[in-house]
Amino acid sequence: MKPRRDRTALLAAPMAAWMALFTALPLLYILVISFLQRDETWGVTDILTLDNYRRLLDPIYIKVFTGSIGLAARATLLSLAVGYPFAYAMARAKPKRRAALTLLVVIPFWTSSLMRVYGWMILLQANGPLNTLLLKLGIVELPAKLLYTQGAALLGMVYTLLPFMILPCHTAIERLDPRVTDAARDLGASPAKAFLTVTLPLTMPGIMSGCMLVFVPTMGLYYVYDLLGGGKGAILGRVIHDQMLSARNPPFGAALSVALIALTGAVVALQRRLGGRDIGFF
Amino acid sequence: MRGRGRSAWRPVILTAVLVFLYLPLALVALYSFSESKVAGVMKGFTWDWYAKLTRDGAMGQALRTSLRVAGLSCLVSVPLATLGAIGLAARQSRKARFAKLAGGVRGLVEGVTVLPVMLPEVVLGMSLMAAFSMAGARFGIWTLVTAHTTFCVPYVYLIVKSRLAGLDPQLTEAARDLGAGPARAFWDVTLPLILPAIFSGTLLAVAMSFDDVIISMFVNGAQSTTLPLKIYSSLRAGVTPEINALCTIILGVVCLAVALSQLLRNDKKRGGKPDETDNV
Repeated sequence: MKPRRDRTALLAAPMAAWMALFTALPLLYILVISFLQRDETWGVTDILTLDNYRRLLDPIYIKVFTGSIGLAARATLLSLAVGYPFAYAMARAKPKRRAALTLLVVIPFWTSSLMRVYGWMILLQANGPLNTLLLKLGIVELPAKLLYTQGAALLGMVYTLLPFMILPCHTAIERLDPRVTDAARDLGASPAKAFLTVTLPLTMPGIMSGCMLVFVPTMGLYYVYDLLGGGKGAILGRVIHDQMLSARNPPFGAALSVALIALTGAVVALQRRLGGRDIGFF
Repeated sequence: MRGRGRSAWRPVILTAVLVFLYLPLALVALYSFSESKVAGVMKGFTWDWYAKLTRDGAMGQALRTSLRVAGLSCLVSVPLATLGAIGLAARQSRKARFAKLAGGVRGLVEGVTVLPVMLPEVVLGMSLMAAFSMAGARFGIWTLVTAHTTFCVPYVYLIVKSRLAGLDPQLTEAARDLGAGPARAFWDVTLPLILPAIFSGTLLAVAMSFDDVIISMFVNGAQSTTLPLKIYSSLRAGVTPEINALCTIILGVVCLAVALSQLLRNDKKRGGKPDETDNV
């Protein structure tokens, strides 16, 4: 048959042009300005400098980086600790129930994330329901400070991002044939050993994507951090926001963003390595 | 099967996590009916906050801005991403000389397209803000629409792409062999098959545009505050039951939409047709 000349690929041209113009170019632009000196008002001069990157090594910003990574790591581990057992229970439920559970996990995602944070603000505030309960039970004598703490900020992150941990874990566990674990048990492995040597390694790709989907956004999700953590301390997203909108120093904001991109890239690369077929974990 | 005892923990964790997920949402709704001015204190029952909300001009303005931005960015992002997915899924040129080059271009386009999914939102927001300032754009509804379109495209693209990958290429080939032109084959065969994916993609794009805080914060103008930005600034000032009423309405609309889409899905199942939306 005579080959047809196919120009279908050209249909992708508008999308390619749009994304080049509004994603690739802006990123290249901030890479460039991160090496330039700032202008007095807003904007950049054309003087090359490494000062923006040198400033990243200032102890204040080192602390922002370690703090953000620490928060992201804690949020990731906590989401995994809550999300994995939930995903496991979900995957082993009856099909009809599983569909309902999946829906219940996804619905909060469709509502506004601010609204979910607001729910926690109400719950944790000084005269809120949780404090009332604690007072009545006699656990505390004065209302405890729950809102505007680091713990509340961590809780908010976990709460906001939990579906992103549950869903990939669920997919991985669902694909795992339960007979594989049963075989391990029949061959004499204890439940714990069967889990550690069979279930966990086989569901590692799901765990790794879940971890990445929680870890990466946490460093930038500053509005959750601010509303529940009370704006004490700072995470990377907040500092970038302030450099752009308050300090009006785009070159330094750009350098911070480049560092955040590098960090994200490193996490993705790590995830690819750990999530690969050969998991040299155990 | 092994002893029944080993699954005893499952209902516990399922219930605990669901309570954790829904308790804050339920509280927001509950307190929207409280007479107390302090959100979080339950006293009596009233519709006042809803009435007050309808009279709040600034809130209404923000809602209109949000609806307009969501609508316009869907109008741009859905066709762009759908055509993009179709274009990138098309078979390569058969000339070996160009095959490698075409593969490289395709990889590059796909990489740039899905970049916003991997990128922290704050980076996309700040880079768009810097680029818009450099270009001398006026910050307002059009910068919002452009930014929202940009972060919606990859999600719509990924959804449509996965649907296309599940299609049997022989279907289109059969249409072509029977004499249909490429446009006709697309219109009569491919489009109806990927329509559910386009629909899910559109829903997702609307939801994401409507919920976005971070990117909008960088690219909005003085006259164009979206609803999430408005809610955010009032939450920073302190909580008010009016916000509860607003959030309860949003929750109600979402639940209604989800229920409706479930209903439609079940109808289709009863009709005996394969459930196409299940893959999405």
